[in-house]
Parts: sequence; structure tokens; C-alpha cells
Amino acid sequence: MKALLTSRAILLASAIAVAPAAFAQTPADVLVVAATIDDIITLDPAQSFEFSGNDVTQNLYDRLVDFDPMDMEAGFKPSLAESWEISEDGKTITFKMRDGVKFHSGNPVRAEDAAWSIQRAVKLNKTPSFILTQFGFTPENVDEMVKADGNTLTIKLDKPYAQSFVLNCLTANIGSVVDKELVMSNAEGDDMGNTWLSNNDAGSGPFVLNAWRPNEAVQMTAFPDYFQGAPAMSRVIVKNVAESSAQRLQLEQGDIDVARNLSPTDVDALQTADGVKIQDEPRGRILYMGLNQKDELLSNPAVVEAMKYLVNYDGIAGSFLKGQFKVRQAFLPEGYLGALDENPWTYDVEKARKILTDAGIEGGTITTKIRDLREYVDTAQTLQASMAEVGLTLNIEQMTGAQVLDAYRAREVPIFLGEWGPDYSDPNTNAATFAYNPDNSDEARATGLLAWRNAYAVPQSMNEATVAATLEQDTDKRAQMYRDIQKQYQAEAPIIPLFQRIEPTGLRDNIQNWNSGRSVTSVMYRQVTKGE
Amino acid sequence: MSSAADLNTGTGRGKTPPEPGGHRAAATRRKARRIGGVLLSLLLTMLGLLLVTFVIGRVMPIDPVLKVVGDRATQAQYDAAYQAMGLDRPLYVQFAGYVGEVLTGDFGRSISTGQMVIDDIRRVFPATLELATLGTLIGVFAGVPLGVIAAARRGGIVDQVARVVALVGYSMPIFWLGLMGLLIFYGILGWVGGPGRQGIIYDGMVPKVTGLLLVDTLVAGDWGAFKDAFSHIILPASLLGYFSLAYISRMTRSFMLEQLSAEYITTARVKGLSESAVIWRHAFRNISIPLVTVIALSFGSLLEGSVLTEIIFSWPGLGQYITKALLAGDMNAVLGGTVVVGTSFVALNLLSDILYRVLDPRSE
Repeated sequence: MKALLTSRAILLASAIAVAPAAFAQTPADVLVVAATIDDIITLDPAQSFEFSGNDVTQNLYDRLVDFDPMDMEAGFKPSLAESWEISEDGKTITFKMRDGVKFHSGNPVRAEDAAWSIQRAVKLNKTPSFILTQFGFTPENVDEMVKADGNTLTIKLDKPYAQSFVLNCLTANIGSVVDKELVMSNAEGDDMGNTWLSNNDAGSGPFVLNAWRPNEAVQMTAFPDYFQGAPAMSRVIVKNVAESSAQRLQLEQGDIDVARNLSPTDVDALQTADGVKIQDEPRGRILYMGLNQKDELLSNPAVVEAMKYLVNYDGIAGSFLKGQFKVRQAFLPEGYLGALDENPWTYDVEKARKILTDAGIEGGTITTKIRDLREYVDTAQTLQASMAEVGLTLNIEQMTGAQVLDAYRAREVPIFLGEWGPDYSDPNTNAATFAYNPDNSDEARATGLLAWRNAYAVPQSMNEATVAATLEQDTDKRAQMYRDIQKQYQAEAPIIPLFQRIEPTGLRDNIQNWNSGRSVTSVMYRQVTKGE
Repeated sequence: MSSAADLNTGTGRGKTPPEPGGHRAAATRRKARRIGGVLLSLLLTMLGLLLVTFVIGRVMPIDPVLKVVGDRATQAQYDAAYQAMGLDRPLYVQFAGYVGEVLTGDFGRSISTGQMVIDDIRRVFPATLELATLGTLIGVFAGVPLGVIAAARRGGIVDQVARVVALVGYSMPIFWLGLMGLLIFYGILGWVGGPGRQGIIYDGMVPKVTGLLLVDTLVAGDWGAFKDAFSHIILPASLLGYFSLAYISRMTRSFMLEQLSAEYITTARVKGLSESAVIWRHAFRNISIPLVTVIALSFGSLLEGSVLTEIIFSWPGLGQYITKALLAGDMNAVLGGTVVVGTSFVALNLLSDILYRVLDPRSE
């Protein structure tokens, strides 16, 4: 560091003399969060489908039913809807709205607003709209299917769907109830306020949007009239800090209260740091390996079977994915209805070799595309090494996420390594993409289905079981149906779930009740308190 | 950027012989022609810049529609967005349409932030401008004297130090120096502010006038906010300043060495002028023109935004913005950013052109 002996050092020293010497802790009623929030495109709950965007809208809006941040195991609970009833034929749900709840604008929350919010989301037809349209709503019929009458909201369904399925979907961000009067007064053309709402807030949630500066910060203030009581934190500031080490430094300094994107190294270092604690939460994302059935070698069932034993599960989860992922060999994440907690496969090169030899496979070469994220590349490289032991050559081409995704959607990735995050808190969200593919032809262009992307022709019985599970009213039976589907999936599917995401969050010692949303939803701030 | 850089050699150098009698009119005509030439080459430069960026953006194997509708969209939603973005039109129609809109001041909407590109740029460019200006100032005020002294005392201690400084500046990865700087001055010593432009307490408290926080806080008369902003900018600015110092001091040194070996210097010395007069009044004055070019280029490259520095210091600047947009296939944002960077370069060239005339009366 001879550089410091120059005249620049003098300049720097004089600069430092002006700067304040020490920095105070964050104020007692302000929560400061550092996170990577550069994925936010919009804050309209009918359109937002990005992690960071949902992290914001979750706190600006309420839904008919919501999760209780202090009691996640209970599942959804009444929120803006006080109670609900299902009709005899199971095709109509009638919600009774809670009285006396107000939007941030001061307008009362009415059944009319709830009905319009669903109608709006269906008519806008943005990406997350499928969460609602799967119940048979179309832009044409939704005004008939979803109706408000005084204090009640009536939702008609095209089939007698499981109550848990419908209500779980209504906990998703697209189920947010927006302030009709306010949004419509800001509509441009026929956009139903979409442009305005992408930068503004029309909710009744615990926090009011103050400012969103893309790639920089989101600021919220507490809503004093929140129907469940004003939150303890009067301000929440989420700063975009892309670098893990910068997040760590700021957390150590006390300039922030929460660091959400810490690398394994920084988590390790913070475990022993003063004034800081680490909270691990299982999240919904599943890291899986998709074996494209268009590939001649990979379409051989023996190769699929052998691949299950060529992943060094514990080795990977104990080394470079440590603290970020845990082994999970079923497609439903822990915390979901019907989750299957069995991990049948272990790392066993000999067994894989035997399976291949028995099937008469001598060897082969596969060239695949891997996204240039450290997690995926490292996993691919360990796979490459174990495949080499059984005579299979894996060539890895590293690309950006967008490039790999393009190829994947065109069914052109032989071995895909990546994550799938659930879209809503019902098991159908993963079952309907992993274990459902009614038409495997290229022409079907079912680009949203993971099974289709891997050209996996899901057996008819499994397709039917996946559909049947959405119609089962008995929740215990329904859970068992999903466990059965996952067992069959583990036995035969060429898409192999490997790990579930764990999210370590770095917190200052005095932060209590932090909740990133577990595996089912987005972050919630209203229950967070600051101790001494 | 080379076409923009060529501007200073291409403008106003054509010597028209003075016409007897109509001297003043000829001078006006010459001036008008010169301004016209500048404007024309500016226009062509910008058009060429846009064209190249546009073509690169379109041949990139990234699907911007996916960024808009997301991975889960149905084919129908995808197609609707594809058409709404006008991607079904032929390339040349898209380009012509874009240029037309730009001429009316409409840069379109960014798909990676959901905002109007012009608003995005109004937000991110001041952050970069502030950082680049301070960085260049540090580079100039430390680098030029260092280079001059190194040349005057060739082989001396200052020369050796300058060499090491430049070498380190050229070879150290900026992210490493940045992280070390943060660790030492912010993490351990607590002398400077952390990543970001402002502390939490001051965030959003100062009314936005120019977007340059150092200026805005002074305009608002908020001394605390100014100190806070300064403590946040000084480390990244010093880092950038260090890199431009490395470059500027090396260039200054070699310009000076060339001058000091010239005969007029020997003459000056023989005349008995003091050494400092020889160096500063004679040699230094002669290197001022190439030095202006060097400084302008170095400033220009900082204005593009230093991506790594911006990421490490969570600095919401132009470099991060363009890079992120590029990776997302967000062409409106990339093109908008390109126009800003291109304009800055052209403006800097014009500025140094003007400075030449001020510094060297012969070029009139």
C-alpha cells in the first residue's frame, strides 16, 4: 500500500477530518434492510411477480386471507374476510367482509373493492393472473363469477375445487385488495390504473409506500390505522446493496438492521461476530436437475436412474451450498401441505455404474448449458466429476440466466440445473408444473411447464392424479394424494429434485420476530420489533 | 467512441485564405461553417452510435419479452407483450421509429425498472457525474504535480514513488481495492460512510435540485447532510481518483520529459532562469494541450460509470444501470444510456477544443 504515501493521502486525510468519526445505530423505530432489490419492475399487485416486488406489495396490501407472521404453521387465516362459507356443490364461496377497515386513502374497504380487485387482475391478464384464472375466470365471465353484494363477496368456481386450494391462491399477491376509487381516478385509457399503480400504493396493509427509487431503495411508513394495530416500526427502508461483503460490513457497523443476501463466507464470519445473529429460514425454492427426454442418452430410464446416484447430495450441501440449501428430493418444499420428507437417494457411484452396466450403456457425451451462478456451476462441476467416473462425459457451457432460460423454454437444455420457486402457497403450484404435462408435443408450446421443457411425457395416471388432488375437499386425503404423487415421481420421473433453499438472514441482536415469509410467502415487517 | 474523439482534429482546422475587403464577413462565414460542421459530425456520431448499439442489442441472444412477462407467462401473454413492444416489425422500421421518438425527447420505458428511461437517467446520471467529477479532480490535483515532479527529478524518490503508484493503479483489481478501502476506512476505522450515497437519517431529507448531493445539500444549507454525503462519496471518489491519477501522472511525466529535453529548455536554463520557472512557466505550459486531452478522456471514461465501483459501493449510477439493462435485453434503457454517454464524450471534446484555443492562441 505504498500508494497511501502520496499526496492523495494528504487529500484523503483532510477529507476524513471533515467526516463524522462514528456512526450512530439506526433509530429505534426505523427498520433498515439491505437486500438486492434490482428485480422490481412494478409494484402493481396484479402484475408484480418478482421476489423483491412481492416483498414490497405483501406489506402494502391485505388479502381476503393472510398468513399470520407469528403463527405460520396455522396456514392462512381470516384477514379482510372475516369468515366464509362453501356451498353444497362446492362451487361457490361466500366471504363476509370485515367491518371498519380503511385503505391508506381513508376510503373504507368494501366487498366491492375485493370483487373489483379480482376482476381487474383477471382482465389485466398479466403474468400472475393464472393463479386466479385457473378457477375458470376469464376476462369475459369474471364480472359474473365474482360479485359483491353489500357486505358479502361471492366467488363462483367452474369446478368444486378444494377449499384449501382456492384460499391458498388468494394469499398470493395477486389476491391483494386494492382501493377501487383511488385506482380508477388514476386510470389512463383502459389500463385500470396499471401504470399509476406500478409506482404507487392503494392498499390497506400495515405499511404505506413512501418512495421507490429503482435499483436504489424502497421506503415505507407505518399505517397508523392498520386494522390489526399499527406496526412497531414507524419506517422501513430497504436499500439495494448488491455486494454481500458490503451488506456484512454495514451490518457489523450497525448502519443496517437486516442483511438479506449474505454469501456463505460472510454468514460464517458473522456467526461469531458481536451484536449480530443469523436466522435460517427454509424458503420455497427447489434446486432440481432436469434431464431432457429429447436427448437420446438421457431418455434411457437406466441413465435417469443412475443420475440419481451421481449427485453428491451431502457433500454439496455440506460444502459450497452450506447454509444455503439442504437436501430435498421431493418436489414440494418443506412447509407445504402434502410435503414428502423422504430422501431416497444417496451418492453411490458403484450403484450408478452397476445400473448402467446392467443396461449395457458403455458411456456417452452430453453438452449442456449452465447458468453462470456459482451455485449451479459448482454443482455441475461435481456432477461432471462423478459422471466421468462411470464413463459419461459432461461438457458445460456457462451462460447468463436469460440465455439459459431461452434455451430451456425451447427444450434445448439437455441437463438443466436451476431453481423453481412456488407461485402460491398451495401444493398444486409445483405439482402442476413438475407432474403435469397433458401434451408433450413441440406444438403444444407449454413453455410454463417444467415437465414440457424437459420433454417429459407425464404418465396419464399422474396427470389425472394431479388434477384430482385439486378437487379433493378433505384436506387430509388431499395431503396424502400429493405424497403419493411425489413417491411415484421419485420412482420414475427424469426431473430430479435435489435441494431446498435455506435463506440465512443476518440480523442485529435487537431485532425480534423477523420473518422472510418461510417457504410459502414474502417478507412481513409488521410484527418486527426492536429490543434494547 | 473514436469518431467522437476525432472531432477535435476535424473541426475548424480548414484554413480559408482571408479575402481582402470582406475579412469580417469571411470570418463569420467561417465560424458558421465551423459550427455547422460540428453539429453535423455530432449528429452523425450519435446516429452511428445508436445504430451500432441497436444492432448489437437485437442480435444479442437475450429475449427482452421474457423479462417483461416473466418465466411463467403463457404463450398468449408472451405474444401480446411481443407485439406491444413492437418486436414483430422489421428491424429497420423499429430503428427508424426509435430514432423518431428520441428526436421528440421520448426514450421510451425501461423494462427492467418499469420507469420512463428519461426519468431513470435523470436519477442515475447525477450520481455518476458527481462521483466522476470528484474522482477526476482528485486525479488531476494529485496526478499532475506528481507527474511534473517525477519528470523534473527523474530517477529521484518522487519518480520512484510515482512509478509504484501508477503500477499499482494499473494492476490492482478495482473491486479488491474497493473492498479493502471499505474494510479499513469504514469497517475498522469508521472514518467514512458506508455503501450508498447517504446515511439513513438524511435519505430523502434534502430537496432535489441538481441531483448532485454535494450541491443540493449546500443549496439546502444542511451542513450535516453535506458532511454525510461527503463522507459517503469520498472513498469511491478517491478510488476512481487513484486510477485516473495513475494514468494522468504517467502521461504528465512523459509529456514533461519530452519537453525538458527540447532545445528551448536548454536555452532557458542557459539564460539563467530558475528551475521552477523553467519547469512551470516554459515546459508545463507547452504540455497543457495534450494534458487537457488526457484529462478529458479520463473524465469521459469515468462518466460511463464504473460498474464495479458502483456495485461495491451500492452507488446507483449509470454504469450499473446500463449493465443491468444490457443483461436484461432492455434496449430502451441501453440506448438511452448510450446517448447520454455519447453526448458527454462529444461535449467533453468540444470543451477541450475550446480550452485549446484558450491555452494556445496560435490555434485561432
